[in-house]
Amino acid sequence: MSIEIKDLCHVYSKGTTFAKNALNNINLTIKKGDFVGLIGHTGSGKSTLVQHLNSLLKPSSGQILLDGEDINADKSRLKAIRTKVGLVFQYPEHQLFDMTVYKDVSFGPKNAGLSEEEIKERVESALEMVGIAPELYEKSPFELSGGQKRRVAIAGVLAMRPEVLVLDEPAAGLDPRGRDEILNQVKQMHETLGITVILVSHSMEDIARLVNNILVINKGEIVLQGTPTEIFSKVDELEDIGLSTTQSAYIARDLRQKGFALPENIFTVDAVVDAILDELKKR
Amino acid sequence: MEFIVKAENLVYKYVAPSSSDENSAGDTTDAGVPLLALNGINVGIKKGEFVAVLGHNGSGKSTFAKHINCLLQPTSGMVWVNGISTADEETIWDIRQSVGMVFQNPDNQIIATIVEEDVAFGPENLGIPPSEIRKRVDEALATVGMSEFAGNPPHHLSGGQKQRVAIAGILAMRPDIIVLDESTAMLDPNGRKEVMKVVKQLNEEEGITIVFITHYMDEAALADRVIVVADGKIVIEGTPAEVFSQIDELKAIGLDVPQAAEIAHKLRNHGINLPQGVVTPQHLVEELEKCLLK
Repeated sequence: MSIEIKDLCHVYSKGTTFAKNALNNINLTIKKGDFVGLIGHTGSGKSTLVQHLNSLLKPSSGQILLDGEDINADKSRLKAIRTKVGLVFQYPEHQLFDMTVYKDVSFGPKNAGLSEEEIKERVESALEMVGIAPELYEKSPFELSGGQKRRVAIAGVLAMRPEVLVLDEPAAGLDPRGRDEILNQVKQMHETLGITVILVSHSMEDIARLVNNILVINKGEIVLQGTPTEIFSKVDELEDIGLSTTQSAYIARDLRQKGFALPENIFTVDAVVDAILDELKKR
Repeated sequence: MEFIVKAENLVYKYVAPSSSDENSAGDTTDAGVPLLALNGINVGIKKGEFVAVLGHNGSGKSTFAKHINCLLQPTSGMVWVNGISTADEETIWDIRQSVGMVFQNPDNQIIATIVEEDVAFGPENLGIPPSEIRKRVDEALATVGMSEFAGNPPHHLSGGQKQRVAIAGILAMRPDIIVLDESTAMLDPNGRKEVMKVVKQLNEEEGITIVFITHYMDEAALADRVIVVADGKIVIEGTPAEVFSQIDELKAIGLDVPQAAEIAHKLRNHGINLPQGVVTPQHLVEELEKCLLK
């Protein structure tokens, strides 16, 4: 499912003294099956932007097209559109509510009016996808660890079989192991299901490791757009808008200033290690 | 050596609700499995020290932090703050006044509708005269760099600004120790930097003892000492340089190391002669520069 955003503007509290331009003339295209990282500091408009993707917020002006269809053109299509675009908010575990893990995940499919068999199939495959074992199906979601709760909440969205999955800071507040587990599963979902994934994150390290394309948003505008290689080499531009690149990229930059002939576009631990080794061998 | 916080054989046991019968949990021990959240912690924190505590979720690090200001009391063993045992009911309020805590979620800690009123809440409850409160609030807000927001409603502040207001509220109580329990976890990189800067400054300029719990290794690398907790015990302890050199041990218990330490480790494995204890980017760049000149 491709996403096209045309001249999107969003004004909060329009017509009052508190009116604020949250999004300013956004134009972008996200290809089907892409894995996109959305970065920007707090208040830059990231969350406002992603909430437009399934019409939780409506544009003040402009359009959002999913496979060419304007999602706000026909109200009766809204339910279908929200099924196609799954949004996982920050701290999604706060939205768990049912008695058991299984029931919680089946809530969406049940409301979609699916047959028992279809519900079972979807719930089980969604839970398997996020690595929740069948032994946990009948447990209360509130007995699980923080990382497990969050994965159950994500399974609830996956059970709707979305074609676009938007995750807002899925690893926030988790410890390093919990973070790696969740992000590796997101990567796997992207690969096996072929869905379009949009990942909102503050962690440049995570973004660098996972995504194909990066969108950088600042003051409600898309200011940079490109592959991780293109974006993370723009250290100065990123810093100007209050962002940073990875620690490895900073180390490479500092070494270049000290006379190391390292390539400009390296930003992961392994790439920097290899480049340093090459450089030291030459001497 | 005089310790401002000291724990000896600290054990904390709690009973997890049993999965089959939630309603009876809590009243009998056979309703659930007793868990040792802390299993023999021995540690001394010196006055003016900046200690970072690392550990995966469920390791017991927050449970330990809550013992420092009597939110929890030991099942067995002892904790002393400023030489006073935390188990003594009589002196709980003295300890709470000298130990301030900053929690993870900025939105859960601010109670007033105006920034300066929130900062005044603590001293008001201590029965301090209004003129003195005024002075303390102004000073506290200036210290965390939030004076210009004194009259603002807090809900328009960023996460980092809210955490700084929470810290100001503690400063107005004139604490000896500030415990930050993952206070940067919900912040963006700028917010994290703001909070880190204020915490470093309070430690270095005001001499306040800091206990800093975090999952961010680059923050822990700035502490005087790092304590790693796993399964309720202290498993690794030392300067950041000593702790972050133990890459394999840290990874085995599910923790990260700063990227600079990881790069140094991998280069060493490839036969590059780098000293142990390289954990910050600056240090790594310096050492590699030496390699280049050889």
